[in-house]
Amino acid sequence: MKKPFDLHADYQPESFAFSKAREKTVAEIIKRYPEGRQQSAVMPLLDLVQRQIAEEGAKANPPYGGWVPRAAMDHIAQILDMPPIKVYEVASFYSMYNLAPVGKYLIQCCTTTPCWLNGSAEIVNTCKSHLNIGMDETTKDGKFSLMEVECLGACVNAPMVQINDDYYEDLSPESMKEVLDLLAEDMNPQIGSQKGRKASMALSGPTTLKDRAKKAKVV
Amino acid sequence: MLNDEDRIYTNLYGWESFSLKNAQKRGDWDNTKAIVAKGRDWIIDEMKKSGLRGRGGAGFPTGLKWSFMPKESNGRPHYLVINADESEPGTCKDRDILRNEPHKLIEGALLAGFAMGAHAAYIYVRGEFYNESSELWSAIHEAYDAGLLGKNAAGSGWDFDVFVHRGGGAYICGEETALIESIEGKKGQPRNKPPFPAMAGLYSCPTTVNNVETIASVPTILRRGGAWFAGLGPNEKNAGTKLFCISGHVNQPCNVEEEMGIPLKELIEKHCGGVHGGWKNLLAVIPGGSSTPMIPKDICETVHMDFDSLREVGTALGTAGVIVMDKSTDVIQAICRLSQFYMHESCGQCTPCREGTGWVWRIMKRMVAGNATVEEIDQLFEVTKEIEGHTICALGDAAAWPVQGLIKHFRPEMEHRIMEYRKSAA
Ligand SMILES: Cc1cc2nc3c(=O)[nH]c(=O)nc-3n(C[C@H](O)[C@H](O)[C@H](O)COP(=O)(O)O)c2cc1C
Ligand code: SF4
Ligand code: FES
Repeated sequence: MKKPFDLHADYQPESFAFSKAREKTVAEIIKRYPEGRQQSAVMPLLDLVQRQIAEEGAKANPPYGGWVPRAAMDHIAQILDMPPIKVYEVASFYSMYNLAPVGKYLIQCCTTTPCWLNGSAEIVNTCKSHLNIGMDETTKDGKFSLMEVECLGACVNAPMVQINDDYYEDLSPESMKEVLDLLAEDMNPQIGSQKGRKASMALSGPTTLKDRAKKAKVV
Repeated sequence: MLNDEDRIYTNLYGWESFSLKNAQKRGDWDNTKAIVAKGRDWIIDEMKKSGLRGRGGAGFPTGLKWSFMPKESNGRPHYLVINADESEPGTCKDRDILRNEPHKLIEGALLAGFAMGAHAAYIYVRGEFYNESSELWSAIHEAYDAGLLGKNAAGSGWDFDVFVHRGGGAYICGEETALIESIEGKKGQPRNKPPFPAMAGLYSCPTTVNNVETIASVPTILRRGGAWFAGLGPNEKNAGTKLFCISGHVNQPCNVEEEMGIPLKELIEKHCGGVHGGWKNLLAVIPGGSSTPMIPKDICETVHMDFDSLREVGTALGTAGVIVMDKSTDVIQAICRLSQFYMHESCGQCTPCREGTGWVWRIMKRMVAGNATVEEIDQLFEVTKEIEGHTICALGDAAAWPVQGLIKHFRPEMEHRIMEYRKSAA
């Protein structure tokens, strides 16, 4: 997805400030890096901005999801004592920072080869038709945005999508719809495998460590 | 098949909690200070004896890599950086370590850090693994609270800190110098080498970058001895156990720890319930993550899953992300989608990679349709050769190899597609 990156768009707010609780987190984050290397904190701070905005957006009407406004990047530049352009550069390089508003639930469909082999195209189509939107679009009520992404590192649980922080794996068109319907009601669908398997273990049961599996009551 | 007694990752699937208490029951953090007490040289020597080769894809011998770090600090700190960027399509093993065996990784960080004179480790976790990095953080906090990290970590006399740094969704940050740039708060673009990280890495200080599986395997290897690890697998260059990820057209896709050198067929039949529609329905396998050239069924029949066996058949073990394709697969489209991936992930610094990956993808798209000429298959091959070896980092090679593998083994299929297209156009 080509990211819209418009510093002067009318959706850009005038200012940004971290909440009191997050100011403490900012200080903690900066301390993870050596003295004078505070620029290292730019990625965690961009993420923190996105989380704060997502939290505000979840309560708003219409709702919206996490993104990083220009005012926040300027604020980070100030905190970390770096030129704003360096912050913009980092923010636009990494795909996870949304530089324009997105829906409350950002659906990222993995379509790379292992997921594609296991039916990711069907999952994409299910999302499109169920939500009645196309790729890189947001539903009118502000709830869902849809995008296509590259391998999310869960290939043995293909096909899968990420929605906000959570992975939904071993999807079928039916289970995909169920997840979407629950989120539409702001309920919490089961995350992880939609076929009920434990992590990356074979669905039919473990082929190794069977004694331990028995002790752990997995089989 | 590997015996259960020889498995390192007994909680791979998260049957038990990842917590410190449970990890200790599984043997983690057992008298760690006694290992540290044996000294740096002993640890590095034992790692060399074990034959462990880096699990991040390139397979560089781990003990040897550690020995490149300066023996004495000249005032600059040393750093251990752990690569948990895991973004090579087909690969999803490090995720299981982060979420289910984080204490193996943290204990390994202390031992590896001590051996290379580092007092701090940064673990670079791909940004999308948010839940996994939260679990890792909580395991790190547990370790601090129990005195296993921090000042005099685990009573070893060595001070050691561990931090998590989350990425932002860029495959290229798995390349070790791009990863270092990213921790420094910059765009993740690979550096020219030399200097190598062991001389000037993170913050221009001596640094070693290792994969998650590499580091998490260290405590068990040092406890059981290098000879134990070296005794597994076909020979000392292809030693030990390995996490395999088997995805695609198998009945039971899964991750599994197996012995290095297991026959590919055995891996698929024993752990994955076989290929969809049976072994006879197999078309080809990408054996080591998306960058490794595919091998057709007749090679899959007999090949063993280790560094040298796979190299002999023109491919590589890579990350051991095994992508299985049955006969229903449009194999040209399967590779075309990978070409799109590499184009998308090129950081844009080198012209052959930035421009070449786009060219390759556009020609590949026409190859999928058949809207091309037979001569263009040769041109496509030429373009991949122009990219391969002419770039700052190995992403260029990674983009070239899958297409080369396709042409090598499925050229008739590509020609057939072109003929079909002409027929239907006529
Ligand atoms: C484009 C590219 C992506 C890479 N991605 C990863 C990765 O996600 N994880 C990883 O451990 N190594 C990755 N590597 C390899 C690292 O550069 C490095 O060799 C590795 O982390 C070293 O660890 P090891 O010696 O323990 O294998 C990548 C390399 C390249 C060129
Ligand atoms: S080879 Fe590609 S990804 Fe690597 S440095 Fe060059 S342009 Fe960037
Ligand atoms: S290809 Fe979809 S998670 Fe790897």
